[in-house]
Amino acid sequence: MWLFLLRRLGQVIPTLLILSVMVFALQQLMPGDPALILAGEERGDPVVLAQIRAELLLDRPLAEQYLSWIWRVLHGDFGFSWRIHMPVGDLILTKLPVTFQLALMSFVIGVLIGVPCGVLSAVWRDRPIDWVINGIALFGISMPNFWLGIMMILFFSVDLGWLPPSGYVPLWEDPWMSLQTTIMPAFVLGTGVASVLMRHTRAAMLGALSQDYVRTARAKGLGERLVVGKHALRNALIPVVTLGTIEFGRLMAGAVLTEQIFSIPGFGKLVVDAVFNRDYPVVQGVVLATALIFVMLSLVADMLYMAINPRLRTA
Amino acid sequence: MNALDVDRLSIQFHTDRGVLQAVDRVSFSVAAGRTLAIVGESGCGKSATALAILGLLADNAEVLGGIRLAGAPLTPEAQRSARGRELAMIFQEPMTSLNPAFTVGEQVAEALRLHEGLSPRDAMARAIAMLERVRIPDAARRAKQYAHQLSGGMRQRVMIAIALACKPKLLIADEPTTALDVTVQAQILALLDELKRETGTAVVLITHDLGVVQDHADDVVVMYAGRVAEKASAAKLFAMPQHPYTIGLLGAAPRLDSKRARLASIEGTVPDLRNPPPGCRFAPRCPFAIAACEITPPLVELAPGHFAACIRAPLDVVLAA
Repeated sequence: MWLFLLRRLGQVIPTLLILSVMVFALQQLMPGDPALILAGEERGDPVVLAQIRAELLLDRPLAEQYLSWIWRVLHGDFGFSWRIHMPVGDLILTKLPVTFQLALMSFVIGVLIGVPCGVLSAVWRDRPIDWVINGIALFGISMPNFWLGIMMILFFSVDLGWLPPSGYVPLWEDPWMSLQTTIMPAFVLGTGVASVLMRHTRAAMLGALSQDYVRTARAKGLGERLVVGKHALRNALIPVVTLGTIEFGRLMAGAVLTEQIFSIPGFGKLVVDAVFNRDYPVVQGVVLATALIFVMLSLVADMLYMAINPRLRTA
Repeated sequence: MNALDVDRLSIQFHTDRGVLQAVDRVSFSVAAGRTLAIVGESGCGKSATALAILGLLADNAEVLGGIRLAGAPLTPEAQRSARGRELAMIFQEPMTSLNPAFTVGEQVAEALRLHEGLSPRDAMARAIAMLERVRIPDAARRAKQYAHQLSGGMRQRVMIAIALACKPKLLIADEPTTALDVTVQAQILALLDELKRETGTAVVLITHDLGVVQDHADDVVVMYAGRVAEKASAAKLFAMPQHPYTIGLLGAAPRLDSKRARLASIEGTVPDLRNPPPGCRFAPRCPFAIAACEITPPLVELAPGHFAACIRAPLDVVLAA
């Protein structure tokens, strides 16, 4: 177990390094000159532009730019936002709780809907309830988040006036208001997660229910509730837990469109704004941070998989 | 009173490609402390019969006829409450019949908690005692292990422990040793015999292995294509088999003391039960078939307790003529 963990951690470092090179390289491919944007009114003055480029090291070779950036990142310094004039590290830390709250709420909604629906549709396979659940799940997967978001705003905020259409209030300032501002985006993101989890839970449950040990459980005299809810579900959840962790990672990586529509100031909005403003340090910092979170969560997924699967734990 | 009476049991499966008559009016009884073997080829309906007794057939199965456990009719409700308590079963595949996500101790204890209302601790103590009883060495440690940590023979012992934990009146063993090594087979069957003697449980042993039948069964039902071909005590059946199918099976069973180099075999294949031949279902493969075999033969008592469904029986008369 510990050896496995160490080996996996060993894989994380090269993954992140390769990713940092890619993020850095991608930005160079983006059209537009950050110096021009930062110069603003004085964009016609070559002296000012040269000065900005020198300050930001933009006049140095790419390799040198990359190395100086990654060297500072390794020391915990993500640089300074060119536009907002804040350390990128601090910027990420202020956005992290927002994204985390939204991701957690979406995930809880996704699990609470997806897993029970998957179990139901497996148990009642090829019956009307299975068709209905599958139909809704297909709808949930196919529907673009931005469209569902706009529809919800139109219905719940504009027509009914129940919920604020956009904005965000931190949980520690006003928990009730915070829930009101996040429930719609969380639902939009949660339906997507629910659809994915439902389909995987259904497939895993169908697999488990056809196993010999389920017949043994019935032969033992257990009721259907225990047979399904204990013997089959325990085995079916093994792959679903792994998948769920990865889904949570995707939620943490930011929901660009959903955050944009609901004006939620999380990672998604931060990175989009940074891209439009050619704020390279922010883009690099956020992408690297989300990558780190994602990689860590997939590590957690592997550990969970081992923890709940006796065959791996003791092998 | 018999532990189990099966009276004209019929099972039909409704499939996409038509109705399949898996079992056709099969009757037999087992007394407490006795072993009845049901013998036949794959697909002859022996496993379907076993699952019907427990009420564990798939939804597309239709069951007709009567099943009585210790005299009481086994309705679906009665089956539900009897399963795991008076009625237990062990399966062919010990490798996959245990749940991989729970320790074997938990799986034995579960039945005890459910049926005898024991606390988790008491149930586990009894489970360990049960594992000792099926001769699992170091049972307390083994109880904490998972199925994948045990050998096939050990897993089948655990299955037996689960089945016998609540002292059932009837134990159905569906090919319990088919998936195991020969030496382990003998140990498992000896264990079953021993536990049967101790507890007085009636055993229905489903097998295709006539060697197993000879050594472990008191009575035998030979099934062919969903029907009873022959029914007798094991001693009579092996001494004087009457149905050509039984004779063929005995001829096809490998014997260590035989000098014949080649194994005898029964020509032809098992009929499609969606569209069975009229009359005797064995007739198309039978060397003794005559025109009259196109009428379904009744199960006739040729000698006390010895039944065969063949109009040509007793065959020694035919052969002598």
